[in-house]
Amino acid sequence: MEKIMVAVKRVVDYNVRVRVKPDGSGVVTDGVKMSINPFDEIALEEALRIRERGDAAEVIVVSIGSSECQQQLRTGLAMGADRAILVETGQPVEPLAAARVLLKLIEREGVELVILGKQAIDDDNSQTGQMLAALWERPQATFASEIKFADGKATVTREVDAGLEVIEVDLPAVVTTDLRLNEPRYVKLPDIMKAKKKPLDTIAITDLDVTTDAQFKVTNFAPPEQRQKGVMVEDVAGLVKALKDKGLV
Amino acid sequence: MSRILIVAEHDGNSLNAATAKTVSCAADFGVEGIDVVVFAADGAAIAEQAARLTGVTRVIRVDHSANAQPLAAVLAPQVAALAADYSHVLGPSTTFGKDLMPRVAALLGVGQLSDIMDVQSAYTFRRPIYAGNAIITVEAPEDRTLVATVRVASYQAAAEEGAAEIESRDLDVALPEHTRFKEVRGGSSDRPDLQTAPRVVSGGRALGSSENFELIFGFADSIGAAVGASRAAVDAGYVPNELQVGQTGKIIAPELYIAVGISGAIQHLTGIKDAGTIVAINKDGEAPIFEVADIGLVGDLFQVIPELQSALN
Ligand SMILES: Cc1cc2nc3c(=O)[nH]c(=O)nc-3n(C[C@H](O)[C@H](O)[C@H](O)COP(=O)(O)OP(=O)(O)OC[C@H]3O[C@@H](n4cnc5c(N)ncnc54)[C@H](O)[C@@H]3O)c2cc1C
Ligand SMILES: Nc1ncnc2c1ncn2[C@@H]1O[C@H](COP(=O)(O)O)[C@@H](O)[C@H]1O
Repeated sequence: MEKIMVAVKRVVDYNVRVRVKPDGSGVVTDGVKMSINPFDEIALEEALRIRERGDAAEVIVVSIGSSECQQQLRTGLAMGADRAILVETGQPVEPLAAARVLLKLIEREGVELVILGKQAIDDDNSQTGQMLAALWERPQATFASEIKFADGKATVTREVDAGLEVIEVDLPAVVTTDLRLNEPRYVKLPDIMKAKKKPLDTIAITDLDVTTDAQFKVTNFAPPEQRQKGVMVEDVAGLVKALKDKGLV
Repeated sequence: MSRILIVAEHDGNSLNAATAKTVSCAADFGVEGIDVVVFAADGAAIAEQAARLTGVTRVIRVDHSANAQPLAAVLAPQVAALAADYSHVLGPSTTFGKDLMPRVAALLGVGQLSDIMDVQSAYTFRRPIYAGNAIITVEAPEDRTLVATVRVASYQAAAEEGAAEIESRDLDVALPEHTRFKEVRGGSSDRPDLQTAPRVVSGGRALGSSENFELIFGFADSIGAAVGASRAAVDAGYVPNELQVGQTGKIIAPELYIAVGISGAIQHLTGIKDAGTIVAINKDGEAPIFEVADIGLVGDLFQVIPELQSALN
């Protein structure tokens, strides 16, 4: 195939312990480490491996968000993507809007495979890939842990509640990644230097002629209910007693 | 007119418990009716189970050979066709519902709300974000269909005291052929189901091998518990993926959760925060799991588990 598109979202790094602002207006993001959404790194790694095997010619990495997303796109270029597109907006984008934007880019570029993360770890929505596939009227293979290609088709193993499900989809298609699909490569310093010369185009979201208005209104952010710290027991006898006291055994 | 349509999850033979929990959530909306739709090759038995769920007004049975397997691309246009008669369309926040419902929403041209954990009104909800580190209150627009998934760990299953009518329907909808089911592997075990069991014992990286993980299976069997695992244990290949508990695995709410050799990473804790009692067994007294555990024991699991097993039996 000719082109693979990968969507990467800029999110709070997964190691950061996210805290809610005291006034309930949002979560604290000032001075917090930002990264590529971990599932999207896996998506990009998979696309690069497909290209390196000779099954694709070009990998385009896309992000929708503020100009700061350039950092994540540069990281994507350093990992090995051929070029990057930033669709710039100052507003948060809901999954349906992100899917509409991605569809526009697919139509412009003539993409045969789109790989996304199965969920962005900020909003934990897990929607964009499925919505994109619906709008594009193409197959979706979500939560992928293995992808194989032959004769214009992809055979995808999916992580589902029952275990592993295998489906076959015609291309073009949308795939979303689960954690066990691969282990992303580390970026080396020379790659970062090289990435600076790779093309990174910026398009204003307003130039794409898509409806991106938010449909949902978040009225409050609250910290989760904390579990009370419990008791420590000395030994197995103490544990058994504590369980009996609670009527659990 | 405000009515809820729930898409039933099943394995071809019986209804998944997630559906009964979704019905409980729907009961909190205060709408006029709750319908359940069963897509299957032959949905007779499943539809009867759905009809018994308390709160369900009507069960719609859509039998079609293409519905033998739950492929989102095939089911979504059928759900979208039915959606015109409803104000809300709900599915469980399982891999089935997460795969399907966003596709339905996009076909309807509306957004989707994920993981409802609390219903404040028919259009106001609470849901977790950032792996459960924040809970947001969200208002959905009232002028269009609301498509949403329900965080099933937040709800008890609806009772089975109902007797809803069952109606068979033929849908005149073009079904895509670009997506084909091949097979599903794993999951066949006599053990209690991880997502519904009242007791769960989970093992982590500390187990060290699949042979050692037998210790967890043996202990769990001795107390009639389901078995879970941390991502580290699954990634290391000690147990299959369907046992993973956490943000990207299963979100569960057993009465008793025993975490053995699990450090308590936030992504794991997200999966168990609604558990009744959390027991942690870890040799490191500083492990974060102890901050959320109701009962903690610092010790070597290879000594503690056999001792505990014999003490309890
Ligand atoms: C995007 C993302 C999603 C994730 N989703 C999940 C998820 O859904 N579920 C999940 O579990 N993780 C998830 N993780 C991984 C998570 O961050 C942790 O890496 C993982 O939970 C660690 O597993 P563990 O506790 O078994 O291993 P470790 O963190 O290595 O902990 C092992 C523990 O065993 C103890 N130990 C060692 N030997 C013994 C002994 N003999 N006796 C008693 N105790 C002993 C140690 O003290 C230690 O606390 C995710 C990560 C990312 C980035
Ligand atoms: N703003 C965005 N920019 C780039 N990719 C995105 C964006 N939002 C969502 N995605 C992609 O869609 C996936 C699923 O996101 P979500 O549906 O929000 O959980 C992510 O892992 C990304 O691959």
